[in-house]
Amino acid sequence: MRKILLIARREFLIRVKNRKFWLMTLLGPILLAVFMVVVGFIFAYSGDDEKQVVIVDEANLFEGTLKDQANFYFTFSSESLENLRKIEEPDFDGILFIPANEDLNRSEVTFNFYTSKNLNLDQLSSLKSIIQSEIREHKLKMLNVTEDQLNALSTRVTIQSEDIDPASSASETSTVKSSEFSSYLGAGIGMLMGFIMYMLVFINGSMVMRSVMEEKTNRIVEVVISSVKPFELMLGKIFGVGLIGIIQFLSWAILIPVIVLLGNLVFGFETDIQTLESMNAAGSISPDDMEYMVYQFMKEIDQVPWFKIISLFILFFIGGYLIYSSLFAAVGSAIGDDMQDSQSLVLPITIPVIMAFYIMLTTLRVPDSTLAVWSSIFPLFSPIVMPARLAFDPPWWQIILSLVLLIATVVALVWVSGRIYRVGILMYGKKASFKELGKWIFRKDI
Amino acid sequence: MDTLGIKKVSKHYGNFTAVDRVSFQVPQGVIYGLLGPNGAGKTSLIRIINSITMADEGEILFCGETLGREHQAKIGYLPEERGLYKKMSVQDQLEYLGQLKGLDAKTVRTRIAEWYAILNMDEWGNKKIEDLSKGMQQKVQFVATVLHEPQLLILDEPFSGLDPVNTNLLKQEIRRLRAEGTTILFSTHRMEQVEEICERIALINKGSLVLEGPIADIKQRYKDFLFEFIFAGDHRPDFSDETIHPSSREQGIVLQLESLEQANTRMRQWMDEGYVIHEFREILPSINDIFIKIVTTEA
Repeated sequence: MRKILLIARREFLIRVKNRKFWLMTLLGPILLAVFMVVVGFIFAYSGDDEKQVVIVDEANLFEGTLKDQANFYFTFSSESLENLRKIEEPDFDGILFIPANEDLNRSEVTFNFYTSKNLNLDQLSSLKSIIQSEIREHKLKMLNVTEDQLNALSTRVTIQSEDIDPASSASETSTVKSSEFSSYLGAGIGMLMGFIMYMLVFINGSMVMRSVMEEKTNRIVEVVISSVKPFELMLGKIFGVGLIGIIQFLSWAILIPVIVLLGNLVFGFETDIQTLESMNAAGSISPDDMEYMVYQFMKEIDQVPWFKIISLFILFFIGGYLIYSSLFAAVGSAIGDDMQDSQSLVLPITIPVIMAFYIMLTTLRVPDSTLAVWSSIFPLFSPIVMPARLAFDPPWWQIILSLVLLIATVVALVWVSGRIYRVGILMYGKKASFKELGKWIFRKDI
Repeated sequence: MDTLGIKKVSKHYGNFTAVDRVSFQVPQGVIYGLLGPNGAGKTSLIRIINSITMADEGEILFCGETLGREHQAKIGYLPEERGLYKKMSVQDQLEYLGQLKGLDAKTVRTRIAEWYAILNMDEWGNKKIEDLSKGMQQKVQFVATVLHEPQLLILDEPFSGLDPVNTNLLKQEIRRLRAEGTTILFSTHRMEQVEEICERIALINKGSLVLEGPIADIKQRYKDFLFEFIFAGDHRPDFSDETIHPSSREQGIVLQLESLEQANTRMRQWMDEGYVIHEFREILPSINDIFIKIVTTEA
């Protein structure tokens, strides 16, 4: 045990002493945030290509005015369409023609847009929505209905789930959540947990693999295992790197909320309000509802069983990490100097991790589906899928069954990996196949 | 008391027999040479002695006890393929490896400081391994091997990559350790080093032990009764009827005779005849010659 601790300490210290580690740990969440903002901007980017549009409005749909918007600049012309189309080298990009005899009361109308250069998809949909909302206003006017009257017609409905059992309905232990917000919140937390888990398992697992490969190519492994058992060396390595993972998780668990909070202090609730405003503009929420939503959100956040989620997360992390890092260690021992050879051996380990990640994503939408439930119990997936379900309060029997199976699998796979590792680290020059790894497991002596 | 008793040890890898029923004893406090061409099974045997791998058959005794992992702390091993953690400092590295051998942190530090002084490494502590020259790394690795004061020191090509000054320094230390009672198993291809350092050798070829014993005995066993006579001046007997082997000296001749007595008789005869003999010696085969002879005839 003392030797395992010594090895774990070295693996831990060598990384903690490295400036790059702290840079990644501290900057990781910031980089992630920056990344997400940049991605947001990229998706929001709609092109800056300005279009001059001449409208020939025979139906007088726009009554002579149309606000310039979304890079479209409108002018009205009393010229006939034929004349306009004859202009050579026009100072506009297109002609929108609203024919006089068009029946706007039909559910579908088609207008012609004359241009030498096609509109792109974004521009097309912008132009469509501009005209749609103009027709809508036009119709309202004809019907003599105001926008407020129209809004008064629609009613927002919220489904509030309550526990069917009156006794537990009032208590804290109720498994039925009180509002639809909890689904969103649960999905948010689940996504975060699943994603962090995926990153930790992958990053730290491959860290173990690289460390094994380094010792093997360096040949120091021969010196070390003339002092300790190979299994002790592997365990020490896994523990040391695992501790790094936990430190990273904890610092992110602290840093991410701090960054979100700071971001909100600096930018206000700008982003949220913008989203809400845009929803409002679409006519779905009134300002009163917005306030209610923010209140509800805060209340829900408070009600999330953070302690349970985080402590279970750490348990699942330990389990998942032990499974995958020991497999990575076994593969690392079989690889040797040539990274190129490694692909065929690494792939079978990465496939379940990636599958689990995608299952996790679907789990967020339907946390109680059969797929979600059984994947969160199956030990190769559960470390990534279960944390994503935790915020939705899965039944205890599922959590416990999942943990028991996880522990059993950890014991089995760490043992198997240890058997492969003890042979692999002494093999040089030969490229090992899976068949050989299988033989190593059952080899009596090395 | 023998430090190491190897009894009919075999090791197979699949159909390949790396070590084939090898037996020999390494007495305490000697420098014992383990020789053999590449792929002869030296490394396989050394790994078994280090409990890195296990023998398929046979037994190894360490100071009379059946060898087990508990003896690892009493053995120091410098492998031929050297390796250290490149990113670690010399001090951290030595402390780590010393503690893995069972030393406590305080003892390790004291001993490291002692070795720094012995091998002139005082200012190296904070340097990273990757910043050191190959020879310097070699010295660090040597220190790592001896820090825990092993009873048995296994050195696989310890001088490769060292300059003559450091080679000498290390030889001196190896001899000092031997004088303090450490048994040294020295594996090498460099035959001149074997003759210089070792007292006993075992020669392994294709997994089997082909030769074992004190160097002086082995040389006697393989000698060809070649004698070199060096005469004073140009006045030499007539050797025209005899086969003369070339001598290293201008006035010398080398003859192959049947015994040392015969050589003495011949000299007495020459001296009676008035020839002056300046020097006389028996030419013993070098270990290198014996090695090549055995390995090539076996092939």
